[in-house]
Amino acid sequence: MKTRTARRTGVAALAALTLIGIAACSPPAKTSDTTSTGGVKAASATSAKDLGGMTGLVDAAKKEGTLNVIALPPDWANYGEVIKGFEAKYGLKVDSAQPDAGSADEITAAKNLKGQSKAPDVFDLGGAVANANTDMFAAYKVATFADVPDTLKDANGLWVNDYGGYMSIGYDAGKVPAPAKVADLLKPAYKGKVALNGDPTKTGAGFNGVVMAALSQGGTADDISKGVAFFTSLKTAGNFLPVDPSPATIASGQTPVVFDWDYLNVAQGKKLTGKIDWKTLVPAGAVLGGYYVQAINKDAPHPAAARLWEEYLYSDEGQNLWLKGGARPVREAAMVTAGTIDKTAHDALPKADGTPVFLTSAQSDKAKAYLTANWAKAIG
Amino acid sequence: MAESSSIKASTGRKPVGALLGVIPFFAYTAIFLVLPTLIVVVGSFLDGNGRPTLGNLSALAEPQIVAAFVRSVVLSAVTALLGAVFGALLAYAVSTAREGGLLRRLVTSLCGVLAQFGGVTLAFAFVATVGGEGFVTLWLKNLGVDLSGSTWLYEPYKGLVLVYTYFQIPLMLIVFLPAGEGLRPQWREAAESLGGSTWDYWRHVAGPILAPSFIGAMLLLFTNAFSAYATVAALISQGSPLITLQIGGTLSSEVVLGQENIGKAMALGMVAIVAIVMTIYAVLERRTTKWLGR
Repeated sequence: MKTRTARRTGVAALAALTLIGIAACSPPAKTSDTTSTGGVKAASATSAKDLGGMTGLVDAAKKEGTLNVIALPPDWANYGEVIKGFEAKYGLKVDSAQPDAGSADEITAAKNLKGQSKAPDVFDLGGAVANANTDMFAAYKVATFADVPDTLKDANGLWVNDYGGYMSIGYDAGKVPAPAKVADLLKPAYKGKVALNGDPTKTGAGFNGVVMAALSQGGTADDISKGVAFFTSLKTAGNFLPVDPSPATIASGQTPVVFDWDYLNVAQGKKLTGKIDWKTLVPAGAVLGGYYVQAINKDAPHPAAARLWEEYLYSDEGQNLWLKGGARPVREAAMVTAGTIDKTAHDALPKADGTPVFLTSAQSDKAKAYLTANWAKAIG
Repeated sequence: MAESSSIKASTGRKPVGALLGVIPFFAYTAIFLVLPTLIVVVGSFLDGNGRPTLGNLSALAEPQIVAAFVRSVVLSAVTALLGAVFGALLAYAVSTAREGGLLRRLVTSLCGVLAQFGGVTLAFAFVATVGGEGFVTLWLKNLGVDLSGSTWLYEPYKGLVLVYTYFQIPLMLIVFLPAGEGLRPQWREAAESLGGSTWDYWRHVAGPILAPSFIGAMLLLFTNAFSAYATVAALISQGSPLITLQIGGTLSSEVVLGQENIGKAMALGMVAIVAIVMTIYAVLERRTTKWLGR
């Protein structure tokens, strides 16, 4: 009897210890009830006005003191400078977690850390992941919301495209003649030299490469079959190289022509200066845009700081910083008109001739279904 | 009564110690073989929300998946046959060399290395040698033969056959050499002293003796090629021509989401194909055994 009681007591003690342990591990309850002069909680503010204008927002954010960001590599779209600029301007501390994580990891982190002070306040996501997780976002309209084209934002500000680029053809000018249009790549000079950045049924860049080819061949965002047919001709001509291009294959000359985003091709060219003359062409009349998505975590531990961050990103200053990193900010057109764009950085981007096309989510689903059924056959 | 119970007791006791010894083995196979197989089988019949469905299996009838299965089977069969024939010839040649001799030791240890030479390193070796910028290609270019624009290395029935045979032949040598060594010179002498020609010897003596191990080794080569993934993934990034690439695509695609269970159904299809091949092997083996009168 005695031993049994002793054991039971032991179990109870262990259970109690475990409970204490768990309680000790969880952070103190968050007090995210930053209220502004207007009396509206920051977490439900849908514009700076709800918090008494920019001054109110800045005050509320300063009270929170910190902003948690995730998956923002300092050398990606110039995020290093963006973060420094924000810290200097508003005196907030930016806590940047897992800079090399992917879009899906951001959502996972937000779910796992929900209710904790370390949870991400804001997201920077790829389109597919953003579309699948809109229920995790808080609607907010920045002051410059109207400058963003309607197709590049949610009408209520649940998500807004932030920066991106156009699909392009990168080529080694020392090895192949400069192509003027996509169809030039069918010429014998490009035999066994044209690569696509990844299988279009697997990677976003490969997928958009095919859509861009479709636009160049008289196809539309609704019907990409001409793009697939183009790659079939490319394959028949013996020009299509089924190698996955990487900085290594480009540097070694194994993939002299690569379909990829212009900011990636331009960055490649910068890195190879002096070794290879890597040039970037955005084909005229086939300008296909792809943007990343910016959103606020609806369970953000620092709701006011999150909103202030968005205001900063979409201000002229934030947009120009992205531009400096080779990415096209979403307010590009409006800023060109207003003359507030950083001219030098803007001129360094590859010229794009024609109205940019952006796929809607329905068009993109249709294109995916078509590719899944036809891609392997087209280049097999 | 007493006797039978004591027998029971003794037979009942024995396995306990023996079982303890095999626990690591069972634990190992349970984690690395049984569990993944169960996940594949169960997942094949579930949809994205965990409800039972036959949709994943019917997706296997889609043309690109059927084509990938066919290509995988043909490529594996062709490279298994090539590997088996050349590997067996090589093994025979080595088995006639002096035991413990330099040549023999050199060839067997070389094959031991080459049989395990696969994946990204093997693909890279071929790209660096005969790829568009490979040193052989550049050397030929200097001689006036320009192959730099050719993409043959990245085509399943050309490049892959060559690359796969590269590890199939050495593997065949390793698994077939013991059988080749089992042939006694006396048998040949006996056949010749009875007036048999070389053909008679191979047809009636050596052939039947080697047949089961030859077929068994070929089956091993088939599954070896059938399940290969890394080598081809490093070489071909477009169109997922083989079934292992198709499965990889369902798991890693950032464009088409939520098709993991179709991938599991494809894996189930691969299990079924290997099961069929094994059955054929079992039938063949039974026939050769009968033939040999064992």
